Amino acid sequence: MSTIQVQTPGLQTTVQDLGRNGFGPVGVSPSGAADPISLRLGNRLVGNDESAAGLEMMLLGGTFSFPDGTILALTGSDFGAMLDDVRLNVGASVEARPGQTLRLGPTNSGARCYLCVQGGIAVTPFLGSASTHILSGLGGFEGRALRKGDVLRIGSATKPFRKRTIAPEASEHLSRRNVMRVTGGPQVDWFSESSLRSFYAGTYRVAEQSNRMGLRLEGPAITQLGAGQMITEGVSLGAVQVPAGGSPIILFVEQQTTGGYPKIANVIAADLHRVGQLRPRDEIRFEEVTFDASRSLLMEQEKLLASRELILE
Amino acid sequence: MQRAASELARFQTASDQSLLVYFGRQITLGAHQRVRKLLGLLEREPIAGVRNLNPAYCSILVSFDALRLNHRGLEEILRGYIDRLDAMQIPTGRELQIPTCYGGEFGPDLGEVASLRGMTPDAVIELHASVTYIVYFLGFVPGFAYLGELPEALATPRLDSPRRSTPPGSVGIAGNQTGVYPFATPGGWRLIGRTPISMFRADREAMSFVSIGDRVRFTPISAAQFAATERG
Repeated sequence: MSTIQVQTPGLQTTVQDLGRNGFGPVGVSPSGAADPISLRLGNRLVGNDESAAGLEMMLLGGTFSFPDGTILALTGSDFGAMLDDVRLNVGASVEARPGQTLRLGPTNSGARCYLCVQGGIAVTPFLGSASTHILSGLGGFEGRALRKGDVLRIGSATKPFRKRTIAPEASEHLSRRNVMRVTGGPQVDWFSESSLRSFYAGTYRVAEQSNRMGLRLEGPAITQLGAGQMITEGVSLGAVQVPAGGSPIILFVEQQTTGGYPKIANVIAADLHRVGQLRPRDEIRFEEVTFDASRSLLMEQEKLLASRELILE
Repeated sequence: MQRAASELARFQTASDQSLLVYFGRQITLGAHQRVRKLLGLLEREPIAGVRNLNPAYCSILVSFDALRLNHRGLEEILRGYIDRLDAMQIPTGRELQIPTCYGGEFGPDLGEVASLRGMTPDAVIELHASVTYIVYFLGFVPGFAYLGELPEALATPRLDSPRRSTPPGSVGIAGNQTGVYPFATPGGWRLIGRTPISMFRADREAMSFVSIGDRVRFTPISAAQFAATERG
C-alpha cells in the first residue's frame, strides 16, 4: 500500500472529508473540511469520489514525500507548493514519481489548502467519516493534527494518470469574497434596530483566536435589547452568535452542537466554504439575503459543481 | 377544547438549512418529554433530506439538505410527527451513578461556591449528591450531559472569565444546571469535583456514558478511590 510520509506537518494539517452528520443527539458536530468545495474539486481532479479524505492545511503547509509515488492535486489557497523543484499551481492534477517531495509554504491567498491523492487518505473511520475533530481527539489520524514522522496510508488507486484542471470561470465563481451573505438568525428580534444597522454596515476583522470551532470577530459591538433569558438550544453551522461582550462569533465546522447565546444571523450555505478561507486579520462585512435568494444561490453553485465543463481534461 | 398537539409547538427558521422546533419557552419536564418523543420518532422514521438533529431543553434543531427540503415543507411534515407524540410511549431512563471526588485539586471552585451560597463545602457536596438529576440532553461537545435540576440553594453563575481548559471528568455548576466535562475544553462552569469515569469513549458501543432521559446521581468518593477507579 502506498504512503505519504510527513517530513514537516505545517501549522495545523488534518485529515478531513465531508464530515459526519447525524450525531447531534450525542453532542458530536459534523466537522469535515472547512472549505468543502475545494476538497470536492481536489478529489475530482485525481479521479476520486468527491467525499474521499484529503489533507487540510491551514496558513502554513507541510512537507510530504511519496515513497511509492502518487497522483495528487492541490486546491483552495495557494501555499507556494513545489514538487521537488517544479512549482505547482492549485487546481490541477499532477503525478508524483516515487521518492519525490512536495513542499508547501505560507499562504499566498486564503487560509486553507487541500492535498488530495488518488485513492484518498485511508484512516479508520469514526462514525462513518475520516474527519478529524481536534477538540475531542476523535476521527482522522489518531484524532489529531499531523506531526513530523507520521506515515499516512493511501487508499488503493488503479486509474491511470490524467491531466485535469479546474475551468477558470469556475475558479472565478468560487473565489474569495469579503462579503458574507447571511439570513436573519433565530434571535434577530433580541437586537435593537441600531445594533442591526451597525452589524450590517460595519466591517469586522477576523481575530487571531479563530479556529475550526469558531471565528471570533472584532468590530462594532452589538448590544442586546436585554429582556430575554436564553435557554440553551441547538446551533447551526455558520450561526453568528453574540455573547454578552458584543463581539460576534461565527460557529464553524467543529462547533459546539448547542449554545446559550442569541444568534443575530447565519451565513448562507453557499458561502460557508468562503468562511473556511478567512485568515486572521481578514476584514469582512455581512449582507442580508432572503431564504429564497440563499436557496437559489446554493442551487446555482451546486449546478456549477455538477457540470461537466467544470473539470477540463 | 381539543387542540392538535402540533399547535403547541413553535417553529423558527435558524439558517437556510435548519429549523428550530420549540416546545414552550421554559425548561419543564413536559417539554423534555416532547423533545425525547420527537427525537425518538425522527430516529425511528427518518425524514428524507434531514441531516442532523440537535435536541436541547425544550427544542430540537432540525438540519436539512436545502436542495431537497425547505422550511415550509419540513414544518408541514414535522407537524404530522408532533401530532402523534401524545400517543407515544418512551422508555424510562436508566439509573446511573457518577462517582465523584469533590473539592481539592479536583474541585477548585468548591470553596467559592460554598461561600457564594453561604454554606460549608461539605454541605455543598451533600446537597449536590442528594439529588437525582435528569439528563435533559447531550450537547456542546461529545458526551456532555446537561443535568437538572440543581437544588436552588446551589445555583451559582458562571465564572466571569472561562477557563482555557477544563480537565476531563470535571463536574461543574452553571446557574441551575450541573454537568461533567468529557474532554479538556474551554469552560465557564464552576468546578466542584471530578469523576474518574470516561464520559465519552469512541471505542465503546454506547459512546456516551449517559443518554438523554437517563437519571443520574453523583456518589462522593475519596481521592484514593478516584485513583483506584482510574487505574482499574
